[in-house]
Amino acid sequence: MAFEKIKKILRRKKELPGGLWMKCPDCGNMIYKKDVENRKMVCPDCAYHFSIAPQERVDLMLDPGTWTRLWSNLAPVDALRFEGITSYRQKMAAAQKETGEKDAIWAGTGRIEGRPVVFGVTDSRFMMGSMGSVLGEGVTRMFEYGLQRRLPVLLISGSGGGARMYEGCLSLMQMAKTSAAIARFSDAGGLYISVLTNPTMAGVMASFASLGDVMIAEPKALIGFTGPRVIEQTIRQELPKGFQTSEFLLDHGFVDMVVPRERLRQEVARLLDYLG
Amino acid sequence: MSEGAAAWLDFEKPIVDIEQKIATLESVQKKSGVDMSEEIAKLREECAQKKREVFAKLTAWQQVQLARHPFRPEATDYIPLIFEDFAELHGDKSFGDDKAITTGLCRIGGRRVMLVAHCKGKTTKERMARNFGSPHPEGHRKALEKMKLAEKFRLPVITLVNTPGAYPGIGAEERGQAAIIARNLFEMSRLKTPIISIVIGEGGSGGALGICIADRLSMLEHAYLSVISPEGCAAILWRDSAKAPLAAELLRLTAPDLLHLGVINEIILEPLGGAHRDTQAAANLLKAALVRYLEELEGERLERLLEKRYDKYRKIGVFLEEESAKLAVTDEAKARP
Ligand SMILES: [Zn+2]
Repeated sequence: MAFEKIKKILRRKKELPGGLWMKCPDCGNMIYKKDVENRKMVCPDCAYHFSIAPQERVDLMLDPGTWTRLWSNLAPVDALRFEGITSYRQKMAAAQKETGEKDAIWAGTGRIEGRPVVFGVTDSRFMMGSMGSVLGEGVTRMFEYGLQRRLPVLLISGSGGGARMYEGCLSLMQMAKTSAAIARFSDAGGLYISVLTNPTMAGVMASFASLGDVMIAEPKALIGFTGPRVIEQTIRQELPKGFQTSEFLLDHGFVDMVVPRERLRQEVARLLDYLG
Repeated sequence: MSEGAAAWLDFEKPIVDIEQKIATLESVQKKSGVDMSEEIAKLREECAQKKREVFAKLTAWQQVQLARHPFRPEATDYIPLIFEDFAELHGDKSFGDDKAITTGLCRIGGRRVMLVAHCKGKTTKERMARNFGSPHPEGHRKALEKMKLAEKFRLPVITLVNTPGAYPGIGAEERGQAAIIARNLFEMSRLKTPIISIVIGEGGSGGALGICIADRLSMLEHAYLSVISPEGCAAILWRDSAKAPLAAELLRLTAPDLLHLGVINEIILEPLGGAHRDTQAAANLLKAALVRYLEELEGERLERLLEKRYDKYRKIGVFLEEESAKLAVTDEAKARP
């Protein structure tokens, strides 16, 4: 134990100057950044999966050089003229500056082990990956495109924000719009593989993210309808350990498999082989 | 109206004061036999004037308060006034019978329909049993079960929406609150029978949406529909749920706002002063709208009905799209298998 402590102190010291170390939010250990990066942003000590940007998802999942982004010109609009303590315009602009993106979705086409797919990722860095009109439209187009061209759809969701508050009921109705598009796609025999990553909550989980023919979750992701803090406040009771995790969903029958990031591409390829 | 004066909203008090004066004069007139009809008529006119004045400039928060009004009629009040021969059907056939949603067969204007309605309850005991109108997953599944039954026998579905939201709790998460709401959206979007949804009170986020994918989606005049509760929005923006009135303004959750945004088909008027002042009149207005929708939809060919339903939701959303036709063509060429 003493040795562990010393190691921790040494690590902490190292972390300060160069930023070579980072703290794992799950196990709390100081971990060597390079180690984490080598493992595709997974904690070497406890296998916690850090969020990754859309480009990294593309690199992770698709055959090199096959990615073509579609509809990247969709941009959000402050239709409600939402002027809170910070306005929607400000929020939007800050997120756009930080990410270099117009909104929280990447959608397009690519290949996995040679098989063409419609591929999409929600960007959890952009306003918590929340769904406004742009994300809703992007997801809807993915399924319409997949239906037209008879392509399977692979969609990787990560959204702590759910339906984006700043677009009011326009966001709420994107849940209906995306679900309707998936129903059409499904009726035509389309294959949809949904991958849930940390976190996938609320309006996103209560619409397109839940509607995969096959539901995959990355390990230890927070997945659910209501955020844990709101539940705790409502029921005035501490939540059990592991509540609303990928493993919790697996136990309760809501995902088909929990797949570590390093095996994700290969597992998706296998499913495409079986069902695509 | 057993809950007493405390339940009246502040902005209703001037109206209530006049109403009480009228009631007093009427009882005096009855007891004494002295003709006071002139004074009473004058007060009635004053009262109507006051109502018009107050209701002409309601804030978004006042609309929310009206939608949540303790005296506001709910599905159990409307059912006997609008529908005939209600045959309640319980249960989701897999877990339980969630009383936050009532379902059953009934008749309206000579037609058979399936009714699906949130119920909040009127007494404290009833409210507890109905979980204040907040459904668990089994409630949403119960709604879907009955809608599938309606589909099989080609009965139109009428849903009455009135919920603060889907219930946030341990059991609700364990039983897949998010997954079942998604399933309802998915199934309702292609349900092979007409669906009419009316928000009659509170339209709380995913819990409301879970039963309002419809061919006609309308709101009573003083109902609201919102992506998040004003309190929840205020807690996020200001870390202070007491700022809910400000949040209500920002969320554009009133019927006129949502008509303007293209989310709803129509605003169904309520009697002046709100549905709770004249439940029978409110029921008549609601019934007239329902019958009109049923007439409009029953002539529609199924294929056309589903096409229109899809388009209705497909076109909701506001975004910018810069010109990129050229780019899209190249992209598609590259994507071809
Ligand atoms: Zn760790």
